[in-house]
Amino acid sequence: MERFNTLEAVAAPLPTNHIDTDVIYPGRFLSTVQRSGLGPLLFHGLRFDERGQERPDFVLNRPAYRQAGILVTGENFGCGSSREHAPWALFDFGIRCILSTGFADIFAGNCVGNGILCVTLPPAKIARLMQDAEQALMLKVNLQEQVIERPCGEVVPFGVPAAIRKRLLSGMDEISMTLQWSKRIDDHERQLTRTLPWL
Amino acid sequence: MPARTLFEKVWEAHVLARHEDGTDLIYIDRHLVHEVSSPQAFDGLRLSGRRVRRPDRTLAVPDHNVPTTPDRLTRIENAAARTQLRALEQNISEFAIPSFALDDIRQGVVHVVGPEQGLTQPGMTIVCGDSHTATHGAFGAVAFGIGTSQVEHVLATQTLAIKRPRSMRVLLEGERPWWISAKDLIMAIVGRVGTAGGAGHIIEYAGPAIRALSMEERMTVCNMTIEAGARAGMIAPDETTFKYLQGRPLAPPPEHWDEAVSYWSSLHTDPGAHYDRELVFDISNLEPQVTWGTSPEQVLAIGDRVPDPETVTDPLARETLRRSLSYMGLTPGMSMSDVAIQHVFLGSCTNGRIEDLRSAAAVVRGRSVAPGVRALVVPGSGLVKRQAEAEGLDQVFQDAGWEWREAGCSMCVALNPDKVGPGERCASTSNRNFEGRQGPGSRTHLVSPAVAAAAACTGRLIDPRQLTGNGVS
Ligand code: SF4
Repeated sequence: MERFNTLEAVAAPLPTNHIDTDVIYPGRFLSTVQRSGLGPLLFHGLRFDERGQERPDFVLNRPAYRQAGILVTGENFGCGSSREHAPWALFDFGIRCILSTGFADIFAGNCVGNGILCVTLPPAKIARLMQDAEQALMLKVNLQEQVIERPCGEVVPFGVPAAIRKRLLSGMDEISMTLQWSKRIDDHERQLTRTLPWL
Repeated sequence: MPARTLFEKVWEAHVLARHEDGTDLIYIDRHLVHEVSSPQAFDGLRLSGRRVRRPDRTLAVPDHNVPTTPDRLTRIENAAARTQLRALEQNISEFAIPSFALDDIRQGVVHVVGPEQGLTQPGMTIVCGDSHTATHGAFGAVAFGIGTSQVEHVLATQTLAIKRPRSMRVLLEGERPWWISAKDLIMAIVGRVGTAGGAGHIIEYAGPAIRALSMEERMTVCNMTIEAGARAGMIAPDETTFKYLQGRPLAPPPEHWDEAVSYWSSLHTDPGAHYDRELVFDISNLEPQVTWGTSPEQVLAIGDRVPDPETVTDPLARETLRRSLSYMGLTPGMSMSDVAIQHVFLGSCTNGRIEDLRSAAAVVRGRSVAPGVRALVVPGSGLVKRQAEAEGLDQVFQDAGWEWREAGCSMCVALNPDKVGPGERCASTSNRNFEGRQGPGSRTHLVSPAVAAAAACTGRLIDPRQLTGNGVS
């Protein structure tokens, strides 16, 4: 998987709570067997009108945000469906980091394996970063140091669970890591046959 | 041994390793697979030359993008859907995974099929690349939705590395009024907890009102737990659970039945066990519920009025409400019963079971669908459909002008031909009213089967008691 270490990119504001994965990646595009190239479908209903024309006022269609690498958004981002197409489309568009007051569990889990960093911060900090995003400013995100540098010079520290930090920094394949425990898995299965034979 | 919660008992029995970084490696007892979230996972396996570790603990069912028309075995118009269904067929044959194909009477929405077959059992860990896996918690299993990368992980290792969720108890107090369905219960709970309120938690539902629920009602409650932001819902197994399971094809066989029941009976929260959070709801005065907005927490009692965003002080919350109202085409202060609907959808993993069909049929019987309304019944599985037909419910619905369909996710998700048009409104027994969920520009009002039936008869979002009076349940 893709590593994440530091990122310097334009932040785009999405000042709404509860943006769900149907909005991030609409259901009607789920009939795909691909995991790459989904960027054009990201936020499809918000980015395009009924005839497929770009809506000029949607943030990611505005010239200053076309290269955005960071999203600043409201609480509970990524709620709803477990579709990993949401992080796949975000990544393909170029979004590598999302800043919010909170994320839905499954979505946040899906991001890690795709090299996207989700940072949870208190509302007051998100409000300040939202101001930067509204001016299409660049933010510097440093996962090693766990800080975000604002253009005004303020340094915003953040916390990320150790497991997530380690995986993002190393880009380690989780399945290979787990396979090191194969003997434990074998033992557990043998024991199950004895203790819960109907299973 | 210290007092433990139901969740702790099940979780701890599955921990294979505690990683230093705070995640647990847990063993997965059952893995459900469907066509939409799995193709990229199987591709991953092929790319890395891995096998499926336990095909025998895996079951695949196509459900999300299958048409629900009778000719679906020969005709699936959407080429992408065809490709995805073919990919599932190839994958299950290449990796030798048991499955119920489209022509199998057992096919249906994966969360209806699992319990119906007796695959879902107390004390298990169950995952699926689908957030409504929470449904299976009704049996006292730890069951939750995962993404495609994790689907690949489970296929390859039969385990998941995951941070252990916190625990929360939702205690229902008071008696459930007869007009309140399990759907109303969970919608009201989601409204109270909020769609972010349960984040990071597994919710255990408790109290006499929960004990009194049937298995199907418990599934409805646990199903929508994800709408409260929680990973999963759980209900301790009891006689109701055991009775439901006994004799089902994948339930423990007779020679192990007593042993299984005695183990299952130990799966309850010990007195004095600690939850990270506790909430208490009095349900004795609940009214039928309906959502007005684009998030399941935007819910009202059916006689109530649409809220006014301008009364909200937090700017983000106000903007979110404004957006919902404008998408839904509603104005603050209007009464929900003034809202006209064009579609009714009865089905989904929330309300596509036989009891749901019976409850809607009780309202539908002897009435007909209002002019300008299209009403669809989509049984949750082929077996639900067959049972309903044996009871004559198909006739009740069809006589009233409803369409009687084959099993699948149907209008719950705009992934198959059953859709709601732009700007059109649907009274839906499904679980999500997100923007575009039932089709681009579609407007969804989540309701119980009885309210959906009343909406079909009148073209409005009304209290079913207005049709049936107070004596009919
Ligand atoms: S019925 Fe709806 S919620 Fe349930 S699995 Fe199908 S699409 Fe998902």
